Amino acid sequence: MILPGNTSCQGCPISLAMRCLDEIENPVLVIPAGCSTVVAGLHPNSAMKIPVIHVPFASTNAVACGVKKAYDQLGIKANVIAWMGDGAADIGFATLSASAVRKDDLITIVVDNEAYMNTGTQASLSTFWKAKTTTSPKGKGDERRNLALIMIAHKADYVATATVGYIEDLRRKFRKAGEMSGFRFIHLHSPCPPGWRFPSEKTIEIARKAVASGAWALFEYHQGRLRFSPVGRRYVEKENRIPLADYLKSQGRFEHLSVEEIEELEKVIEEEWKILRKLSTD
Amino acid sequence: MWDLQGDLQTEGYRNGSRIRVLLTSNEAIAEAVRIARPEVIAAYPITPQSPIVERLANMIARGELNASFVRVESEHSAMAVIHGAATAGARVFTATSSHGLAYMYEMCWWIAGSRLPAVMAVVTRSIGAPWNIHGDHTDIVLLRDAGWIIGMAENAQEAFDMTLQAFYVSEEVNIPFAVGIDAFTMSHTAEVVELWNPRLPERKQAYRVLPMDKFAVNAVTMGKARMKARYDLALDLENSANVIERTDKDFGNHGGLVEKYRLEDADYAVVMMGGWCGDAKDAIDALREEGYKIGLLRLRFLRPFPKKAVKELGGDVLVVDRSNSDLRGVLGIEVSACGIEARNLVAGIGGVDVGVEEFYKIFKKFVDNKIDLGWYL
Repeated sequence: MILPGNTSCQGCPISLAMRCLDEIENPVLVIPAGCSTVVAGLHPNSAMKIPVIHVPFASTNAVACGVKKAYDQLGIKANVIAWMGDGAADIGFATLSASAVRKDDLITIVVDNEAYMNTGTQASLSTFWKAKTTTSPKGKGDERRNLALIMIAHKADYVATATVGYIEDLRRKFRKAGEMSGFRFIHLHSPCPPGWRFPSEKTIEIARKAVASGAWALFEYHQGRLRFSPVGRRYVEKENRIPLADYLKSQGRFEHLSVEEIEELEKVIEEEWKILRKLSTD
Repeated sequence: MWDLQGDLQTEGYRNGSRIRVLLTSNEAIAEAVRIARPEVIAAYPITPQSPIVERLANMIARGELNASFVRVESEHSAMAVIHGAATAGARVFTATSSHGLAYMYEMCWWIAGSRLPAVMAVVTRSIGAPWNIHGDHTDIVLLRDAGWIIGMAENAQEAFDMTLQAFYVSEEVNIPFAVGIDAFTMSHTAEVVELWNPRLPERKQAYRVLPMDKFAVNAVTMGKARMKARYDLALDLENSANVIERTDKDFGNHGGLVEKYRLEDADYAVVMMGGWCGDAKDAIDALREEGYKIGLLRLRFLRPFPKKAVKELGGDVLVVDRSNSDLRGVLGIEVSACGIEARNLVAGIGGVDVGVEEFYKIFKKFVDNKIDLGWYL
């Protein structure tokens, strides 16, 4: 789906995730401004083996909706994919919400690297609490937003969280979304070496530590049932997790954190798990 | 409002005949859109545009129009939805006014830069602050630099004819087309309109994106690619004047880029656009009866700008504007850019009414060389 020699950074999770798009039949990508814009290729070249419609930042789900409505009217089969970063999910949030409420027949994939990375690591609503970015030089004061839970509140037809740390699980979720119809949403955890400040060969390791420490929950929501994904299920219970510090301290953006602050963060994360466990039908 | 009965009033023309009915300009535009058969319509409500898309929603609900109607959460998304639908090859329509146009402004650049045919009705209304829902042209002039064809109708008949021509021209030159009508004095005022079906050709466009294409559209450009695209758009927009002029006779015979009213022997020319030109014509008639050689150049298009017709103006010229940039009106600036030394009056902002009597007084002062330049306050 994506050619080698593309313009992504070393260790980029996005190009890794783009490879997995071959699980989805008849894909048409709609990509707003962000790292993915650059990774997909600079004019007149394209790094993608599938059609790409580049669009303005806030418009992704609306353009994707228009593309799909037109295909439906013209009798053309396609899996239209709104592929965006967490920044585009911020600025296009009302558009995303409306698209979910309309049950637009498309797949939305938010490749979440927890900041505006393409413009140089400014804090987004997804940025992890206390993480340093160029606009939160002392650490971000607000908690991250949980997009997947918000999409469940929209009664989306399919909601999944995934990570580049577990490619088989990610591929299964792409495949599942591609075989369904309706509004499908995948929130994809994407550790970013330059933005999070870790060595580029550590992307998978960091992504897996996020899951093992409970900082990233893996689950699927479908037909009113929330189920934890097999690969992350054991971390639902706190005693099975690795210390959160193991995940945080392997990244430069958290270097400044004290033991007390990490304990605070553990509590915040546990609050999210409480909500998920209540929603879970496992 | 929720009457889903068929609209008997306008049923007759759909089998090819011409009928005369009483319609507001909003309704006339909706009837023209029905004939054009767009596949995707997206809209967000705003006064005074809403009756257009309400009427279209009713047509779809009654099964008279086979289009997807997408209810969006903002005008930015309205334009984004039709941008996407046009990219996929559908005929598309939206409508807006004022703040709505400002809110979708970014997408207006994208649909033009993408060279996608599309038609939008702009029911011209003042932009805040302060709040004002009444008519002027401060909104539609926003589109001036975005790369759109911008027409401005004078009455409901022209609104109907221009909307149909818009679909044809837009798809011929791959440039989006805005059809302007004035708030309330046109949008909510009923006039007799002759409805007919000019039988538009099937949708055509320069390119569309389909599954399986290995094709990226609007990727990041370096070097001269963006500048070349901008030049091509400007050039094609300029040349769209030929298509507009050539097809004028097929869409109501309104004169092409301009309407020349009693200009042949005129020593004094007034330049204006929009619905209030009807009142201006009555004032000119009155002055003509008194022996004044005065006429009106009505601009039917702001883009492409009718440079040739403006340059041909002889004698004294007065431009009456319903929008301004600084103290000057926008049309005033455009006319002076054609090398014409014109006097410029800004009037009718925020729905301030300028009727036949006021125009008579203004024009009388103009021909008597006594007019105060500046603003008609």
